Amino acid sequence: MPAAALADSAVELAPGVHWVGALDPHLRNFDIILKTANGTSYNSYVVRGETGVAVIDTVKEEFAETFFARLESVARYDEITVIVLNHLEPDHSGALPELLKRAPQARVYLSSRAQMMLKALLKPSGEKAPEYIPVTTDDEVDLGGRTLRFLHTPYLHWPDTQCTYLVEEGFLFSGDVFGCHFCDARLFNDRVGDFRFSFEYYYAHIMRPFREYVLDAVALIEPLVIRLIAPAHGPILRHQPRDYLHRYRELATPRLFNEARSEKTLVVFYISAYGNTRRMAEALAAGAETISGVRVSLYDLEGGESGIFTDLIEEADGLAFGSPTINADAVKPIWDVLSSLTTVNVKGKLGAAFGSYGWSGEAVRLIEDRLRGLKLRVPLEGLRIKLVPDAGELAQCRNLGEQLARHLTGQVEQRELDMAALA
Amino acid sequence: MPKAKVTFEDIGVSVTVPAGTRLIEVSEKVGAGITYGCREGECCTCLTKVVSGGENLAPPSILEDQVLKDNLAPRGHRLACQAQILSGDIVVRPA
Repeated sequence: MPAAALADSAVELAPGVHWVGALDPHLRNFDIILKTANGTSYNSYVVRGETGVAVIDTVKEEFAETFFARLESVARYDEITVIVLNHLEPDHSGALPELLKRAPQARVYLSSRAQMMLKALLKPSGEKAPEYIPVTTDDEVDLGGRTLRFLHTPYLHWPDTQCTYLVEEGFLFSGDVFGCHFCDARLFNDRVGDFRFSFEYYYAHIMRPFREYVLDAVALIEPLVIRLIAPAHGPILRHQPRDYLHRYRELATPRLFNEARSEKTLVVFYISAYGNTRRMAEALAAGAETISGVRVSLYDLEGGESGIFTDLIEEADGLAFGSPTINADAVKPIWDVLSSLTTVNVKGKLGAAFGSYGWSGEAVRLIEDRLRGLKLRVPLEGLRIKLVPDAGELAQCRNLGEQLARHLTGQVEQRELDMAALA
Repeated sequence: MPKAKVTFEDIGVSVTVPAGTRLIEVSEKVGAGITYGCREGECCTCLTKVVSGGENLAPPSILEDQVLKDNLAPRGHRLACQAQILSGDIVVRPA
């Protein structure tokens, strides 16, 4: 591996601005959910002004020694006046308790939402929480001729996340946003190996569920002069940094114009062994289509892959799932889809379940439980129909479709219930 | 047992409940759009706007107050996992 960052010394980004992070080339799996084919890095930075020194983020605890060695190569602990925490997840805050011991005079700058996390992180060390200052967009810290300005960018990808902008240099210390799990000691995007796949993979798995927040953050960052983006993982983006900003905007925006944008959308997924659940799905879809302002789509799960369905689900306002019951459970293609939704935001969407069954019909209730677990609202009891639906039962399916469509369009009839009557 | 009525505006459902019930218990049962996280009054996921009848809920505990403050919750908002329904009519919707 080319060795710009292999020695335990800091790497200069600009005079008085250094990378003091750590490389983790042998990691193959991050947080269980992410593959890391060549490892990752934990990026930490030091900014020196005339009257103070700031440390921006730290590293995972097991890499603390390397971090401190690099930090010591550019600053004394008693010079550190500011510690900025852009994100408190342990891979960025692991060395924080020790740093606070070594630089007790430093004031900590973090987002409002990060305050409780800071206290929770410091619990095991038994240390009293340091002096900390919650900051938001446009709050500044003067380091003497150098200014750190904060940007409130929550949910990228935790509630606490923020970005920090070094005004005079046009450097953006972005935390996890614009980062990726890619380990290369050459550090800078114009020097490292091809990491583009990793940049997009990271967005797809970490940032995509929060795409509305991504667009808010991009809008906040776009007016700034950006000469370099210094994320908390992966290459430092000094060559054409705005390209990465543009790419985030593209990734967070639907690829083609959504022709149904002016309407509410209901997507009906089904799978059917003998055509009974299919007939229910068709009747439900037909019922929903009678309500104006709702665009209905109908898909057989046997005809596609879960990745495509995930895209459809991300865009839909309402979702209905139809499954037969086989051996007291919904069938695997349903669970494949319903276990693939951690990468998109489904919270608050309308959900419903239905299905034909032979013996016991557990599938519908199990799907409803899963939908509630995914934080969809499931206001209408699903339909379970024994074997072949007759005309009256198909009318019930059409009615369920109509009711779902009314929920989507805010035309719901007021209902009065008693708690004792609820299951 | 004293009863109260809580209305979930987003789904148009009113439920008669025994006094002492927490909002989240009813919300989940009727499938309202209030989502929950830790259920222990810490994560603020179940932040709920109380449209009317806030006085018919038990006042927030010190912990709930602190979490609302830390999360910059606007006035008239409660945590559904903490707020207990006491009496009268209450109207809520997801924050």
